[in-house]
Amino acid sequence: MKIENQVTLEFPSRSANEGFARTAAACFAAQLDPTLEEVNDIKTAVSEAVTNAIVHAYPDTLGKVLVRLRIREGNALEIMVKDWGVGIADVERARTPLFTTGSEERSGMGFTIMESFMDTLKVRSTPGKGTSVTMLRRIARRAVR
Amino acid sequence: MPVTCKEDKRSLTALVAGELDHHGAKTVMEELDRRIDAAQPRELTLDLSGLTFADSSGIAVLLRAHRRMGQVRGAMRVVNTPDQAGKVFRAAGLERIIRFE
Ligand SMILES: Nc1ncnc2c1ncn2[C@@H]1O[C@H](COP(=O)(O)OP(=O)(O)OP(=O)(O)O)[C@@H](O)[C@H]1O
Ligand SMILES: [Mg+2]
Repeated sequence: MKIENQVTLEFPSRSANEGFARTAAACFAAQLDPTLEEVNDIKTAVSEAVTNAIVHAYPDTLGKVLVRLRIREGNALEIMVKDWGVGIADVERARTPLFTTGSEERSGMGFTIMESFMDTLKVRSTPGKGTSVTMLRRIARRAVR
Repeated sequence: MPVTCKEDKRSLTALVAGELDHHGAKTVMEELDRRIDAAQPRELTLDLSGLTFADSSGIAVLLRAHRRMGQVRGAMRVVNTPDQAGKVFRAAGLERIIRFE
């Protein structure tokens, strides 16, 4: 699928950047003419992936988080969120609903939400090296209003 | 203030406003804990009409408040849930545990 447009954001793993990242993704996605519900799905999925990088990848340090947004042929948005943090030993287990290594503030539903709100979700991770999460969401073309 | 509370006899209404993400959830969680402990209400109503965003951090906030209300033998209901937050809560199956009205 051809890349038609792209933007990359890079920021330190501060929680204040969660809101910025999902809003930026929503603004970039606007060129696909999404519905309000589609925009909200994108914001939610980005929030989950970025929060994971902030909370889990760098538990006691500040590290780099990268968000790459691409418009792909066929009116689709590709979102990649990458970190260079602790990584995930067992990705399949991590993706199971309710699985969490976090505190009481976590519910273990992040990956489940990303999966149900996006069309595809790929997770690549190497312990000690980092994690990248790539999601794709097709936006239905609407009749001209 | 992300949480504004009203108390009437033994019923507590908490208006939660703003963004319930990891960045904002902690304050809301702590404030709800404090309010529940102080009021020991029979009923807690969480009014989410002012919520502009929620993700899985919001799920944890609701579950925590629900558990806390169980500890003080009270009931909890959630009202005026915006569409975006509702979709997140449904994806987690929260409606099987918490009363949404
Ligand atoms: N970027 C990451 N780096 C390291 N570990 C991760 C990363 N993302 C996820 N994980 C691991 O996968 C687990 C599951 O992630 P998921 O987002 O589904 O749930 P959670 O973050 O624990 O809770 P919630 O998202 O509901 O707040 C996490 O508890 C953590 O152990
Ligand atoms: Mg998560």
